[in-house]
Amino acid sequence: MNKPVQIKAQEPPVSLYAKREPVFNRRIDGKFRRIKWAIMALCLAVYWITPWLRWDRGPYAPDQAVLIDLAHRRFYMFGIEIWPHEFYFVAGLLIMAGIGLFLVTSAVGRAWCGYACPQTVWTDLFQHVDRLFDGDRNARFRLYKAPWTASKIARRLAKWSVYLAISFATGGAWIFYFADAPTLHQEFWSGTAAPVAYGTVLVLTLTTFVLGGFMREQVCIYMCPWPRIQTAMLDEKSLIVTYKDWRGEKRGSLKKAQKNPEEYGDCIDCNQCVAVCPTGIDIREGAQIGCITCALCIDACDRVMAETGRPRGLIDYATLEDAENEKAGNAPTRHMKLIWRPRTILYFCVWAAIGLGLLFTLGTRVHTGLTVAKDRNPPYILMSDGSVRNAYTLRLRNMQGRPRDMEIAIEGLPGAVMWTEDMAREAAARSLVRKVAADATQGVRVYVVAPAGSTDQSFDFSVQAVGEPGEADSSQAKFDTPGGE
Amino acid sequence: MADKRLDEATNTETVGHEWDGIEELNTPLPRWWLWTFYATIVFAIGYVIAYPALPGISQASEGMLGWSSRGQLDAEMSSAAATRAKAVAGLADLPIEQLPQHPQLMRAAVAGGAAAFKVNCVQCHGAGAAGSKGYPNLNDDDWLWGGDLKTIETTLIHGIRQPGDDATRISLMPNFGSDGLLDAGQINDVAGYVLSLSGKEKKSAATQRGAQIFADNCAVCHGDNAKGNRELGAPNLTDAIWLDGGSKAEVAAQIHHPHHGVMPAWGERLDPVTIKMLAAYVHSLGGGEEFAAPVAAEAPAADAAQETD
Repeated sequence: MNKPVQIKAQEPPVSLYAKREPVFNRRIDGKFRRIKWAIMALCLAVYWITPWLRWDRGPYAPDQAVLIDLAHRRFYMFGIEIWPHEFYFVAGLLIMAGIGLFLVTSAVGRAWCGYACPQTVWTDLFQHVDRLFDGDRNARFRLYKAPWTASKIARRLAKWSVYLAISFATGGAWIFYFADAPTLHQEFWSGTAAPVAYGTVLVLTLTTFVLGGFMREQVCIYMCPWPRIQTAMLDEKSLIVTYKDWRGEKRGSLKKAQKNPEEYGDCIDCNQCVAVCPTGIDIREGAQIGCITCALCIDACDRVMAETGRPRGLIDYATLEDAENEKAGNAPTRHMKLIWRPRTILYFCVWAAIGLGLLFTLGTRVHTGLTVAKDRNPPYILMSDGSVRNAYTLRLRNMQGRPRDMEIAIEGLPGAVMWTEDMAREAAARSLVRKVAADATQGVRVYVVAPAGSTDQSFDFSVQAVGEPGEADSSQAKFDTPGGE
Repeated sequence: MADKRLDEATNTETVGHEWDGIEELNTPLPRWWLWTFYATIVFAIGYVIAYPALPGISQASEGMLGWSSRGQLDAEMSSAAATRAKAVAGLADLPIEQLPQHPQLMRAAVAGGAAAFKVNCVQCHGAGAAGSKGYPNLNDDDWLWGGDLKTIETTLIHGIRQPGDDATRISLMPNFGSDGLLDAGQINDVAGYVLSLSGKEKKSAATQRGAQIFADNCAVCHGDNAKGNRELGAPNLTDAIWLDGGSKAEVAAQIHHPHHGVMPAWGERLDPVTIKMLAAYVHSLGGGEEFAAPVAAEAPAADAAQETD
C-alpha cells in the first residue's frame, strides 16, 4: 500500500467574483452626443409609431402597415405580404443583416453598439432619467453612498416608477406588431385581450426594467455575444475610438504641463473621458470589449482640448493603422478613404447582390400556387368499365387579396378526365374552374380517371388564374394502375 | 470505522472511511437543497391526500379532489362531443338525400364520417375503404345494393344478412355445386361464359354451353344480360369488378358454394347522426351515385373551405 501523500494546506482561494462598479456618467454635449440624440429619437419613434401606421389592402386583408399575423401565418410589410413558404425572404434579410454586420464593422467599427443597439438606446434613456431625478455624476454618486433616508427612498421610488413607465411603454408597444393595434389597444385596457398579450407585456416590461434600468453596461460586457463577434472582425483598418497615446502621454495636470511643457503630452488627466463613458471604461487603456464606440469621450475630450487651447482629436475615431501613420508625423487620412477600401467594397457588393436578388424575387413572384398530394391508400381504383381512377388532394393557393377563379387542368395522361367530390361525375373534363377565396389556400379532392389499358406514368396538374397570363403554377403527379410497379 | 477527525487541508470533518489512503470529506448538502427535498416530501403528502394514490384491494384511494383519469376522459369526450354537435347541428333532422344541398354540412359530415370509418369499418373494408376479396371496395362505382346516399344509409343501418334484423338486406345464391344442382363440368362452362361477358375468356363451344346453363339457372337473379339486380343484391357479371375474385377458379368456386358476406346492422350500435356521416363519407369516396349539385343559396365561394396556410 502506498503511503498517503500529504497535501499542504492551501491559501483560501481569492474570490473570482468582481463586484460591479456602478457607473455615474456625466452629462456631455457635443457633436457625437447630438448624433446619439437624433438616432435615439429616430429609433424610439420608429418603434412606437410603426404599428399605428395604416395601409389599405382592400376588404380581405388587415389594414395595418406592418403586421406579423401569427394566427393566420402572414407577414405584412406595407405593400408586401409574405406567406410561410416565402420565409426565404426573411432568411435573405437575416443573411443581409449578417453581411451588413461585416460591412459596418469593417468600415466604422462597432457603430451599431454605440448608437443603434436597443440596449444602448434604452440605457441612454434611463441614464437621462437618472440625471433628471438624482442630478449629474457627483450628486448621483453622493446619493448612492448616502444612507437610506425617507428622502432617498422617495427619490428612488419616483425614479423607478419612471423606469417602470418607460419599460411598460416599451413592452406594451411590442404586442401591437402582432395584432391590429387600435383593436388590441382597446382590448388591452378593457381586459379582453388574449392572455399571451398580457404575458408578453409583463415579460418585456420586466426585462426592459431590469436590463435597461439596472444591468446596463453589464449586458454589453457579460451577456451580449455581439461585441465578442464584432471585436473579432475588427482589423487595423477599422474606424474605432482611439486614444492617441503618442500625443497624450505623459499625462499630467494642467499646472504641471505648463511648468514643464517638454515633458508632458496633451492629456491633462482630467478623467472627463472616463466620467462621461456609459460603460465606465477608460479609453486610454486602449481598445477593449467594454467600449461601445459611442464617442461621448471624444466629445468630452474635444471640449477639454478646446478649453486648454490644444487641437481636438486626442481621442478620436481613427484606425489603428492611421494612428500609427499620424504618430509618424504624416497627415491623417480622410475618413471616407478609410471606409472605402477593397474589403468594405467587397462586403457591400455581396450585401447589395443579395438585396437585389430578394427585390427581383419579390417583383417576379407568382401569386398563384399548386401542390398535389396523391392518395396512397388505395393507390388506384379499378372502375367497373375497366378504367382506372386515382385520387389527389390539390391545394390551390390564391395569394392575392381578392377571390379569384382558377382553372385546374391535366397535362399529359391521354384520355384522362377529372372531377371533384362536389360535382357530378358526368361533368368530368380535362380542366375545371374553381373559385378560391381571397388570400387563402383551398384544398380540393380530385378524381382522375384514365381509360382501360393506361399504364403507370407521370403527368402534370396545372393551375392558371383565369384571365391572368403568367399567374400559373404546375405540379407533377403520378398515376398508378393495376399491374404497375 | 476510524475515529472522526479533521482533514488538514480543508478543515472539514471526514466521514471516517478510508480506501487506499483516500478519505471522504463530510461535506453537508447545501441548505437550499435540503429545503427543496423537504418541500417535495410535503408536496407528496398533499398529493396523496388530494389525488388517487394509495392502492387498495379493488381500487385506489379516491383523493379529496375527486379527480380520476376516467373522469377526465369523460369530460374530454363530452367536450369533444359538444364540439362535434355544433359542427353537425341540423344533421339529425335533415333527410340524407338533401345533404348535398348544404355543402358546409356535407363537408362536416364527410370529415366526421372519415373518423367514424376508421373506428368501425376499417376492420373489413380497410383503411382506404378499398376492401379485399369478399369485402367490397367502397371507392369504385360498382354497388351491389345501390350507391346513392339513401341506399348507403339503409345498408349501414340494417346491414347485410344480419340475423335478427327484419329489414336487413338478404340474398342467398344457391350452392349450385355442393347441393348438386350443377355438375363440375357445367360449373366450368358457366364460369367460362360469365368471364367471356367481360372479355376475360374467349368465346368457345364451352361458353356456348355455359350460356344455356346461365339462362336456365342464373338469369333469374343476375338478369338475362347478366347485368345484375340491385333489388336482390345480385352482382353485375359483365364489369371488371369481382368481389370474390375474377379468375376462372374463383368464379367456379363461387358458383359451387357461394360465399355470403355479412355486414353488421350498425343502426343498433351507432347513433343516426354518425350513420349519416358514414354514409356521406362512403358516398364521397368517388363512387357515390345520384349526386345533386348544391343549390345556389349557399354560394360555394362564400363558405368554401378557407384555409390560411
